[in-house]
Amino acid sequence: MNQSLQGAFRAARDEGRKALLPFLMSGHPSPEAFANNLRQVAAYADVIEVGVPFSDPLADGPVIQHAAEVALRHHTTLSSTLATLASRDPGPPVVLMLSVNQVLARGIERFASDAAQAGVSGAIIPDLPHEEAADVRAQFARRGLSLIAMLAPTTTPARMAAILGQAQGFAYLISVAGVTGARQGFAAETVEYIRRARELSAVPVCVGFGISKPEHIHSLSEHADGFIVGSALIRAIDEGHNAGDVLEPLCAACRQTADNRTLTTGAKS
Amino acid sequence: MTTRVATAGRFGIYGGQYVPETLMPNLIALEAAYAAAQQDSAFRDELDSALREFVGRETPLYFAARLSQACGGRIYLKREDLTHTGAHKINNALGQALLAKRMGKTRIVAETGAGQHGVATAAACAKLGLECVVYMGGLDCERQRPNVQRMQLLGARVVPCESGSRNLKVAVNEAIRDWISDPHSTHYLIGSVVGPHPYPTMVRDFQSVIGREARTQVLEREGRLPDAVIACVGGGSNAMGIFAAFAGDDVELHGVEAGGDGATHAAPLNSGTPGVLHGAMQYLLQDENGQILNTHSIAPGLDYPGVGPEHSGLKDSGRAQYHVVGDDEALAAFKELSRLEGIIPALESSHALAYARRLLKQRPGITVIVNLSGRGDKDLPRLMERGLL
Repeated sequence: MNQSLQGAFRAARDEGRKALLPFLMSGHPSPEAFANNLRQVAAYADVIEVGVPFSDPLADGPVIQHAAEVALRHHTTLSSTLATLASRDPGPPVVLMLSVNQVLARGIERFASDAAQAGVSGAIIPDLPHEEAADVRAQFARRGLSLIAMLAPTTTPARMAAILGQAQGFAYLISVAGVTGARQGFAAETVEYIRRARELSAVPVCVGFGISKPEHIHSLSEHADGFIVGSALIRAIDEGHNAGDVLEPLCAACRQTADNRTLTTGAKS
Repeated sequence: MTTRVATAGRFGIYGGQYVPETLMPNLIALEAAYAAAQQDSAFRDELDSALREFVGRETPLYFAARLSQACGGRIYLKREDLTHTGAHKINNALGQALLAKRMGKTRIVAETGAGQHGVATAAACAKLGLECVVYMGGLDCERQRPNVQRMQLLGARVVPCESGSRNLKVAVNEAIRDWISDPHSTHYLIGSVVGPHPYPTMVRDFQSVIGREARTQVLEREGRLPDAVIACVGGGSNAMGIFAAFAGDDVELHGVEAGGDGATHAAPLNSGTPGVLHGAMQYLLQDENGQILNTHSIAPGLDYPGVGPEHSGLKDSGRAQYHVVGDDEALAAFKELSRLEGIIPALESSHALAYARRLLKQRPGITVIVNLSGRGDKDLPRLMERGLL
């Protein structure tokens, strides 16, 4: 397990709150604005997820797809992303989110070494399922990187156990069958699957896809350790809003969770 | 590059299952359902009878006498253009639609380039009472308008995909995104030997009826096997369909990729590198960062930056050879077959015809089978509009 990821989740837990994991797309809306947002978001984030734009993403909804197109028009690459990350001020750990072909194009071994050198803690590779992940996991381990495991509502109990058995850093729980993007609420079976995953998991479980409002965090916080905010943040940036304005209420929701409402009764927050 | 080899669904290093976790349980269920269906004589009988009575199989192996004379050899055409809906695509569409129904799926999504797979899927869904949604690049909707209208008439909803290159690649992206959003009731009916395992194997199997028939037919007619079998390759389903039966024989296998206008093409086996697209490792047109490149071909069905993993493996092993034919040469072959034989071929199949002419010029007198994978009526409006006829 990557030390900085472990530290980030432990710190959140010790403070009695849920972790917040904002997602930014490298090079979006411009390379300069991305570097700026990276600094701004650091104040609210326990872990920052940084997307490396890909021409043909399969799991992304329209908002993140568009952000990737914008970033590619700015000639954003894995190299330019790693350069930006290497030169940032010390802050929360960063995990990359990218397609397996981007990793293979660089070479798994070189990717792991370049990412580690840029201070990256791990990567989320949505189109690299458990069955295909052995080589990547082995190379990541040599460099102290975590390959973030993903679970979906369609994941069967047997798969869930197998996937969580190999999980490092944290587990990424996709909240709905679908692509990324904001949604209204969560089905009962979603809650049940998140609950089961947390029971089985040795690493923190974080819920992503469709987290845009404090209510979403309130409704799931009993069962999860962290929340990933992607499309809602990207859309706000597209609309010219300040990243901090979107994250402030979500960050507050992460502090007022069911767990710590009892812990902090009487205390001023 | 991964060094993993020889697991299920791998052809050398190619193939695999590179899809989001949401879809993995679907692929596992599909693999099991397909294996069970293959063992079930009732399923095979139902498919065989539909292929006979709905599709019109077997299709003829036609000796193209005047074309043979013009080219200097013996050319047979496997007449997939004579199938119901006008292309080999129906063989697979029907097989998968029957399988989907057996699995209890109620909704089918498909991608289409030339529109032939979309029409075949729409027809199979109409026949079996399944809901059908077809994703098609905006550019392809324009250049294959008759097929859009046919799909709609057959009850399918056609969704134009307007992002990026507006062609087949984008249609596949959208179809996969749709499938992720409704994995329980939807089956993704892939039209070629591409995508994650088990699709490349399953689609090849459903298409291999082409080669089985052709092999028997040519032995009856010639008393021997041909020197070579030739087929166009986009994703590569008609080529795998005819290659499979001859793979163990002393017969040359020639695949023909689209050379486009020279500057931009769709020939990953000739100028691509291994990578992952749409769920499988394969030869791919990509840049040094792993971004997928834009393609061009006059034939929408070949206008795709990747190619089936089994073809990728056949290229590496040397069992099949892959060549490039450009827009102009394909168009000349399109016209030649129309005039000499009274058969209007699809622009896709015209690439294979053009290569047959080239091969016979090098080696006069040999006997070849060209898989005439589809008919060209769909291409006429666009060709006329562009003043190319």
